[in-house]
Amino acid sequence: MVEFMLPKNSRPKKGKVWPRPGDATNTRTFKIYRYDPDLSENPRIDTFYVDTDTCGPMILDALVKIKNEIDSTLTFRRSCREGVCGSCAFNVDGTNTIACTKPIADIRGDIKIYPLPHMPVIKDLVPDLSVPYAQYASIEPWLKSDTPAPTSERLQSTHERAELDGMWECILCFCCQTSCPSYWWNGDRYLGPAILLQAYRWIADSRDEAAGERLDNVDDPFRLYRCHTIMNCTNTCPKNLNPGKAIAEIKSLLINRR
Amino acid sequence: MAGTSRNKRQLRSNLSRVRGLGSTREGVHHWWAQRMSAVALLPLSMWFMYSLITLTGADYQSFHIWASEFGNSVFLVLFVVTLFHHAQLGVTVVVEDYVHSEPVKMAMILIVKYGTMLFAASSVFAVLKISLAG
Repeated sequence: MVEFMLPKNSRPKKGKVWPRPGDATNTRTFKIYRYDPDLSENPRIDTFYVDTDTCGPMILDALVKIKNEIDSTLTFRRSCREGVCGSCAFNVDGTNTIACTKPIADIRGDIKIYPLPHMPVIKDLVPDLSVPYAQYASIEPWLKSDTPAPTSERLQSTHERAELDGMWECILCFCCQTSCPSYWWNGDRYLGPAILLQAYRWIADSRDEAAGERLDNVDDPFRLYRCHTIMNCTNTCPKNLNPGKAIAEIKSLLINRR
Repeated sequence: MAGTSRNKRQLRSNLSRVRGLGSTREGVHHWWAQRMSAVALLPLSMWFMYSLITLTGADYQSFHIWASEFGNSVFLVLFVVTLFHHAQLGVTVVVEDYVHSEPVKMAMILIVKYGTMLFAASSVFAVLKISLAG
C-alpha cells in the first residue's frame, strides 16, 4: 500500500543519548533505530559514541561493540561477518547494505542505521521477512527434472555454467527487495527483485527442465510486471549483482516464447 | 482481491497468501503492447512536432489544408490512436500501482479506458471530417 508517512505509532522519536567513551581520541556517532515490542512506545533513535581506535573497521564491528560494551539489549541479526550469509542487512546511511562489508570510514558524519525499509519490525534492527521467504518458496527454488537422475553429477558445459554467474552469488539479504518502491507499494503481490533474480537463476539453469512452467508462474501483471526498471535493486546490491538485468531477461524470454 | 481482505486472512499461511489465486499468465501482452506503441510513437511524434513547427504562425485555413491532405490525415489518425492507446496502457499501470481499494481502482481504470477511447474517437472523427469534407 502506498504510504508517504509512517503510521503515527511507527514514527521514530528522539531516543536516549548514551555516554561517550571516557578516554577515546577518535569517536564516531551512531544513530540507531530502536523498537521494543514489549513497550507500547514509538520507535526511537538512540545515539551511541564508538571509539574507532578500539573498534574493527566495519559497521557490523561497531554494532557488536555497542552490544558488548554499551547496551546489550541492542538487537540485530548477524552471523558470518564476511558477506556470505546475508543476515546483517540494514539501511545504513540511507542505503540498504550488509553491515559486515560496509566500512565505517565510507560514511561521512553521523552514521544512521535503520532496519530494512517498509518491512514490519520485530525488534530494533530485525525486520519480519516471512513474506519474502514465502515468495521465495513460491518460485520453487530447486532443480526440477523429469530425466531420470544420472549415477553421477548432472553435467553442464562451461558455457552453461557461466549462465548462472551473477545469480548464484546472491545471499538473499533482501537489500534489493526492500529498496524497491514497487515492492513497498505492492509487496503482497509483486515478487520483488531478489525473488525474480532467483526465479531467473532456475530458468537459466541448463539442468532444469521446468523453464516453461516457471515462466508461466511469473507471467502476471503483478508478480513480474510491477518492475518499472527503477533500478534501486541493482544500485543497492552489496554483492554488486544486477537483479534489474535478471528481470529484463525474464521479460525477454516471455517475448521470445510467444 | 488479495489486498483488500488481508485482515480476514491472518491465519492463512504466508505461502497461501503469496500464491493467492495464481498467475494470470497474461502480463506479457500489456507490457509488449506498451513497448510497441512507444516504438511507433517515436517517428510519429517527431513527424507531428516537425509539422507543427513548420506550421508555426500559419492561419486556420493553412492548418485545415494541411490536415486534409491524404498523407497527413493518415499519419494524424495513426498518431492519435497510438498516442491514446499508449497513454491508456501507461496510466492503467499507475492506477494499479497506487490505488489499492478495489472499487476505486476499477472505477479509475474504467474512467481511464473510456476517457482515452472518447478522446481517440473524437480526434479520429475530427481528422476524418476535415479530410473527407475537403
